[in-house]
Amino acid sequence: MTDNVAIHAQGLHKRFGDLEVLKSVDLTVRSGEVVVIMGPSGSGKTTLLRCLNLLEEPDAGSITVRGRTVDCSGPRQGRGRRRLIRDIRVRTAMVFQQFNLFPHMTALQNVIEGPIHVRRLPRSYAIEVGERLLARVGLSDKRDEHPARLSGGQKQRVAIARALAMEPEVILFDEPTSALDPELRAEVLQAIKNLAAHGMTMVIVTHEIAFAREVANRVVFMDKGYILEEQSPSVFFSDPANTRIRSFLRLMSDTGPHPELEEAS
Amino acid sequence: MDLLEQSVPILLKGMAITIFLGATSFVLGFGLGGLIALARISRFALLKVLSIIYVSVFRGTPLLIQIMLVYFGLPQLGIQISPVPSAILTFTLYSAAYLSENFRGGILAVEKGQWEAAGSMGMTYSGTLRRVIFPQALRIATPAIGNRFIALMKDTSLASVVTVVELTRVAESVGSSTFRYVEAFVVAGAVYWLINSVLSVGQELLERRMGRAYA
Repeated sequence: MTDNVAIHAQGLHKRFGDLEVLKSVDLTVRSGEVVVIMGPSGSGKTTLLRCLNLLEEPDAGSITVRGRTVDCSGPRQGRGRRRLIRDIRVRTAMVFQQFNLFPHMTALQNVIEGPIHVRRLPRSYAIEVGERLLARVGLSDKRDEHPARLSGGQKQRVAIARALAMEPEVILFDEPTSALDPELRAEVLQAIKNLAAHGMTMVIVTHEIAFAREVANRVVFMDKGYILEEQSPSVFFSDPANTRIRSFLRLMSDTGPHPELEEAS
Repeated sequence: MDLLEQSVPILLKGMAITIFLGATSFVLGFGLGGLIALARISRFALLKVLSIIYVSVFRGTPLLIQIMLVYFGLPQLGIQISPVPSAILTFTLYSAAYLSENFRGGILAVEKGQWEAAGSMGMTYSGTLRRVIFPQALRIATPAIGNRFIALMKDTSLASVVTVVELTRVAESVGSSTFRYVEAFVVAGAVYWLINSVLSVGQELLERRMGRAYA
């Protein structure tokens, strides 16, 4: 069991001031698994995702990635701990809602930045891999373009290539299509589906129901800082046990996603 | 006119000293200002406080007084310093205070998502600053930094009060030896204007070049 666990979070608590965003959350993601996290605005989905990569440090609980554990209940100082956190971040790549590409670098430079300056790989090798990854997301011809010259969908695909270049244990997607115009969403979703087909381990926060149904091995539903339900997509979408989930799904399918309601996180 | 023509070589020399003062202090102030900005955003409270005090003192007191204090004060402390180094030292300390604020503004203006993207791939704090934040902060701060350079070029005229023979002092002495003060100062003013026009064009080109990736 521990062997094929990619990421294991236990007893995560997180508060921002008076607001308790995560209240004891446990989550285990196995290698090759695609976990989709859904839930209403303010339910803690994004915070959970950011905790998995320690972009947000939980107030209590622990995160284990490939046998390396960061305990957030104990003391928080020290070089060793910072290095451990960096180590976990290297293994858990993040794809952001707002892409967060480096605007002063070309597409290829964005992709090879981590391999060269974090993983210390030889430049020529990083370029070779980077070009292959750009080809994989269908952007070979944009290699030398800066992000300002790319569409939203293209930016997000570069961001996916940048995440892949770290050869992470798991990729965390934080609403990867929410900032995109509807007609640009498909290309990003397709790129993510391709990763799933190749067995990439992923945790995806999204409101795209059809996509979740197709790509997820497991759907996690969060509400008010708790995980309310963990289910296979077939059961989750066709026969949700919880009335809270039922009303959420009804709202989502009636009106489609509400990116403007989901900005807060 | 003869008298003024004879003054051309000495005016050129004054101009060279002015450019030397301005450029040297700008480069040194750029480095020192960068360090002060780093201290200002660091998580160490002591560094933060020291940098705040530094900026407050050097921005809050007249440059002329700083020049006098360095020139007359250091010898009293047993440190012998000639006029040119003392002027460069003062201009460096003074412009570092302003430049550090320009840098800080630039750093703060970089989107938070940039820190997160770099952090989420396991980049260190210093790596993030060097590779991701500084290049963007520098671009944002370039107009302000350019203005600072131009202001500094004009401020160097104050070095004349501590006997540095730069452009303004040359103009004064040409004026007093020829009794053609107006002409002498008009020429000196025109030379400052010329130097700064070149700097403005340079700034414009630099801004355009740095903005290219963002167009």
